[in-house]
Amino acid sequence: MSNKPTKKTPVLSLKNITKDYVMGDETLHILKNISLNIYAGELVSIVGPSGSGKSTLLHIMGLLDRQTSGELFLAGEDATSLTEDKAAKLRNRYIGFIFQQFNLLNRTSALENVLLPTLYNDTPDEEERVKAVKLLTDLGLGERIHNKPNQLSGGQQQRVAIARALINDPKIIFADEPTGNLDQKNGHEVLSIIKDLHKQGRTIVIVTHDMELASVAKRRIRILDGQIVEDKQL
Amino acid sequence: MNYAVLTKSALISILRNKLRSFLTTLGVIIGVLSVILLTSIGNGLTVFVEEQFENLGSNLLIISPGEIVSEEGGFNPDAAALSLTTSKLSEKDVDNLKRAGYPLSAVAPVIEGSIDIRTEQGKRKGYSLATTPDYSVLRNTKAVSGRFFSDSDVTGNRKVAVIGNKIKEKLFAGVDPVGASLTINRVRFEVIGVAEKKSSGSFGGPDIDSTVYIPISTARSALSQDKVSYILVQAADKTSIERGKERIKEIMSKRLQEEDFSVTDQSEILKTIQTILSTLTVGLAGIAAISLVVGGIGIMNIMLVAVSERTREIGLRKALGATPNNILVQFLIEAVVLSTLGGIIGIILGILGATAITAFFPATPALNSILLAFGVSFTTGVIFGVFPARKAASLSPIEALRYE
Repeated sequence: MSNKPTKKTPVLSLKNITKDYVMGDETLHILKNISLNIYAGELVSIVGPSGSGKSTLLHIMGLLDRQTSGELFLAGEDATSLTEDKAAKLRNRYIGFIFQQFNLLNRTSALENVLLPTLYNDTPDEEERVKAVKLLTDLGLGERIHNKPNQLSGGQQQRVAIARALINDPKIIFADEPTGNLDQKNGHEVLSIIKDLHKQGRTIVIVTHDMELASVAKRRIRILDGQIVEDKQL
Repeated sequence: MNYAVLTKSALISILRNKLRSFLTTLGVIIGVLSVILLTSIGNGLTVFVEEQFENLGSNLLIISPGEIVSEEGGFNPDAAALSLTTSKLSEKDVDNLKRAGYPLSAVAPVIEGSIDIRTEQGKRKGYSLATTPDYSVLRNTKAVSGRFFSDSDVTGNRKVAVIGNKIKEKLFAGVDPVGASLTINRVRFEVIGVAEKKSSGSFGGPDIDSTVYIPISTARSALSQDKVSYILVQAADKTSIERGKERIKEIMSKRLQEEDFSVTDQSEILKTIQTILSTLTVGLAGIAAISLVVGGIGIMNIMLVAVSERTREIGLRKALGATPNNILVQFLIEAVVLSTLGGIIGIILGILGATAITAFFPATPALNSILLAFGVSFTTGVIFGVFPARKAASLSPIEALRYE
């Protein structure tokens, strides 16, 4: 049903992931025994009300946070316990992030923003520049590569952020409420970009509480109280 | 990791807040500026003193009475006053030294005294230096108008005087002093010459230009000054200074005990003064260095502000693959760029300032103090940048991304 997921090795695999927060005498169980696989080419949405633990799950999947227990594999590599340096390397090489707040650097051109992740790897500069220009052009920002974020509309800023997420050819892209800060028109624009990326075979995980956004996904995972209550292909 | 890119981004973020960056570097600028200015003044003083010594005459050996005055060598008026009462040096020693010949080429005994000088225009406390004509050769003291006294003035106990430039200005204003008369302690003297101006006279020691030079025999007969303050001896050349010294000790020992005299040469005195001055210079630089430390704390302060202001940026960079070390280096480079920029500005201002004050005060900027100041400002950046940079590096990416 979905985009012919290759049932061999998943891009991302979580086994019995839990996450606890200790607050004073109390231990909060934010995530309880989460297991899931995400395969290459999938477009998955993770939905749930706020406080359900979906953001924590996203952070753990994106190697930004560590699970309390359980195992995690990314692109076939065991990512269960990583040093900070190793986690940074894996994030740089395999993961692209799209944030609700865009998180572009102010007073830095669109092009430089797209190139930001390449500061932390060894690919030749010129190659990356050409690629960044192409990504921005494909996203309709060819005329604006030297504009600063404050000279761009919200939708344009999010497109810059998408280009930035793509610059290192990630194995998996996490989008955290990517339309949350956009008006309807720009939101639709970003939605259609995500659909296009999916068609190109990218693996994308969208975290949202917006049902319209979730509806573009081919698979929906619903989280409630730190547990997966639904995981179905649409 | 690309250091050129990191340095560039550091420059960009520094230029982003021009006023703040300037205020931050101000501490370092002032620190470096004062290090350079103060060491320049120290160096300038040293050079000045060396030049003054050159002026005093060359290959000079000084025999002073007793041991206590050995370091001052008779330049100090207190030592001179003391030597007047305790000195066992005498005319006989002078004769013995004169007979010695090579390596001693000239000998001049000196009796110093405090005197009251009076002319038609007024009176003034002064300083008398009674000696023989050889003194003018030894000390390079020339008469610019009139003449220095001669051997016959000495043998004839003539009441003649050569006055210093300041005496001429103060007590013979507008008149030609040569041929005029003045009284020294109520004894009338004829002015026969005016001594060449020796120095600005602003640094230590008795004022050479307020001196009245008189024949030594006259001082004895007319002013009843009889204790020899010190004896100046000139060695034939630079290489014979040591041998001259030995020879003097030999001759003097015939008549006097070892503790009754001491022999110093100019280079020793110069060395002592140089030691004092270089200690002074280091001390001044040390005081100035404190302001560099204060400057460093200013940098640390602003970098800490920058870290919390840019928490989101740090979180983003980490999410995109920056390791803690990448972040550390980025902030460290920023701190170092800030402090070295301050250092460079401070050096430029320091050199300009030192050049400007040479009009009033001897100041010579030294290359090594400039390099030192630059090195210290760089190090300040590193030391005071580490703490904020480590703080930035240790931020958790999700906390940082959530930060508003």
